[in-house]
Amino acid sequence: MDSTAAALIGMGLAAVGFAGSGVGIGYIFGKMIESVARQPEAEAKVGKYMWIGFALVEAIALYGLVIAFIIMGMKGGEG
Amino acid sequence: MKQHNPLEHFELHPLIELKLLGIDISVNKAVIMMWIVCILIPCIFVLAVRGRRMIPTRLQSLTEISIEFLRNMVIDNMGEKGLKFFPFIVTLFFFILFCNLIGIVPGSYTVTSQIIVTAFFAITVFIISQIVGFAIHGVRYLKIFVPSGVPKFIIPIIVPIEIVSMLARPLSLSVRLFANMTAGHTILIVLFTLALGLKYIGFLPFFFTVALTGLEIFIAFIQAYIFTILTCVYIGEAIEMH
Repeated sequence: MDSTAAALIGMGLAAVGFAGSGVGIGYIFGKMIESVARQPEAEAKVGKYMWIGFALVEAIALYGLVIAFIIMGMKGGEG
Repeated sequence: MKQHNPLEHFELHPLIELKLLGIDISVNKAVIMMWIVCILIPCIFVLAVRGRRMIPTRLQSLTEISIEFLRNMVIDNMGEKGLKFFPFIVTLFFFILFCNLIGIVPGSYTVTSQIIVTAFFAITVFIISQIVGFAIHGVRYLKIFVPSGVPKFIIPIIVPIEIVSMLARPLSLSVRLFANMTAGHTILIVLFTLALGLKYIGFLPFFFTVALTGLEIFIAFIQAYIFTILTCVYIGEAIEMH
């Protein structure tokens, strides 16, 4: 297999890993909505943790993106 | 459509070539943006407190709210001893925030989309937390790798895992900030290319880029907040050791 083709396939496969992050972010925000619906006074405290959790989950998706960039930068990667 | 590499916009070309002892310190766009940020932050704060009154002006109120917010964050995570680090935390937060935000202006460069910049911040935070830990606790700081309540025979397995997870902290801090900024701007570049490429319906991707720029500003605030609060947590863990 051509190294350019292999690199492009590798980049595409790295992008598949973002699915887990999508599930995670949906779960965090779903739980936040549910907990605010149960107890509206808790919104300020729980909201602070929600944003921290969201940023950490999104970071995982971006680690996958960094791997895609690394593969793109390797020899024969850019096609 | 001719294929452009969207990451081309992140390349830096020197404007004024300078060399110091063989190290390339030439002035390029990122350096000029950092200078602009360094001038902008003191200007905003000086303007906010000039002619300060009991009933604050809007800019004074804005800076008071942000300083109080950061102060509460420092006290929550680091305790009263943490107030020694308060100037460092405020500087870190505002520098990262303005470096993230300055990339939104068309034609400028996002300073924190270079991994060397974010890695420097993360390594600084890591070194500060280790030095604080050893300075306050001495050699007993190494007990932080053994969590409490662990049976004695598992310790040889737990300690390498804890060491690796401690070393992963600067890596994750730097990559999180760098990747968020780079990914956001890359999406914008790709969408603008699409908006320019379509003949008659090019305004549709353009409206989407307006929404995405709003999201970018929001992500800039969130990422600066996350970096700062994780710094507070890491240094607070070194101070209190649990």
